[in-house]
Amino acid sequence: MSDEAVAIELTVNGTRMQAQAEPRMLLADFIRHRLHLTGTHVGCAHGACGACTVLVNGQPARSCLMFAVQAQGAEVMTVEALETPEGLSPLQEEFRNHHALQCGFCTPGMLISAHALLSENPSPTQQEIRKALAGNLCRCTGYNTIVHAVEATARRIRIQPA
Amino acid sequence: MKPAAFSYVAPKEVPEVVGLLAKHGSDARVIAGGQSLVPLMNLRIMQPAVLIDLNRCNGLDYIEHRGAYLAFGPMTRQIVAMKSALVREHCPLVAQALEWTGPVAVRSHATVGGTLAHADRVAELPAVAIALDAVMVIEGAKGRREVGAADFFQGDLTTAIEPEEFLREVRFPVCKPDAYTNFSEVSVRQEGVAVIGLAVYLESRGEKVHKVALAAMGVDSAPVRLRKAESLVLQRGLGAGAVQEAAAAACSEVDPMPDLYASAAYRRHVIGALLKKALVGAAGRSPDE
Repeated sequence: MSDEAVAIELTVNGTRMQAQAEPRMLLADFIRHRLHLTGTHVGCAHGACGACTVLVNGQPARSCLMFAVQAQGAEVMTVEALETPEGLSPLQEEFRNHHALQCGFCTPGMLISAHALLSENPSPTQQEIRKALAGNLCRCTGYNTIVHAVEATARRIRIQPA
Repeated sequence: MKPAAFSYVAPKEVPEVVGLLAKHGSDARVIAGGQSLVPLMNLRIMQPAVLIDLNRCNGLDYIEHRGAYLAFGPMTRQIVAMKSALVREHCPLVAQALEWTGPVAVRSHATVGGTLAHADRVAELPAVAIALDAVMVIEGAKGRREVGAADFFQGDLTTAIEPEEFLREVRFPVCKPDAYTNFSEVSVRQEGVAVIGLAVYLESRGEKVHKVALAAMGVDSAPVRLRKAESLVLQRGLGAGAVQEAAAAACSEVDPMPDLYASAAYRRHVIGALLKKALVGAAGRSPDE
């Protein structure tokens, strides 16, 4: 045993890859600095703000509270995977339509948390949306516009299943 | 900040975990869900030389009904325990407490054993363990031993687990089917860190109470039983006057510390308010009493 880099194999946004990571490298830093997927933001780096939220095997996870070596064999999804060949996803479009971001720092985490919610529950109540986003802090919007954007996305998905 | 360097090992079987702990002792730290440990590592408050990851280890993730108690493997995810039909039926207080344990991104990874072994003073499950007299099964090279919750929690982030040991199983006594259970807390914001909380277990017939356990968190370095309030409830039952007296007793028997989030006086007041609300609920009356 040593603190030298170890080989890991994981799938990120549908691409299977092999990489080396020192044990102390956080999954968030691996995503940003090794994979250059800088959509995932690191705010507090101790699990309080939710900006670094990604999906790990379909479950929302704070990527600052997980080491890259722990993602061995996992499927990771970051905000970059939301975009479609046609452009922004319905969720992203509704964020824009409802002014659900200002500085944009929390937005990747908000989008991932909202995406996880809608994948599991396509018709959430407003309270369910608020609960699902409670782990994501936003200092600009006051949250209402974010909740409205998620509600609008849910309405859109119900009318036209993706 | 970033964590200090460490060696990482992910054993597949329990005997390997035991062997690694025997070898590395206090240089090693076991990681479960990581939702409490990794923040402390990121802030370099904790700098283990060796990290023993239980996430790949077989046989640590289960919920079993064994007569008088529910046994939880330490790696049972909190979200799984919270949704478990077995837990909701036989140990509803555990499920009720887990409703408060943080946002979904945390709860999906955080474990039943991890939060108990970490022993944060405002963590929910330790309060439930104190209320129900849960038993912690600790394992090390010398074998297994069972420690009751009252002896297990020894203060801030301190438990009866020795450096060469780890939490192997948690046993929560089964609640009586008609018992009243309730977990409530006050935090700075929804899904945020708790300021104060209360776990209630109560068996009664009419207004006569024959068993009650009240455990408060956020009033000391570990959860505490509200013994004076308990004995008042046992003597006087759940009438309006008795509830008022029990709440007053709870306020006076705790000795909380102030911190950034709340003064000692506020905590004292809130524990009484939470208790009153819970007891009124147990009596089946309107919470506006």
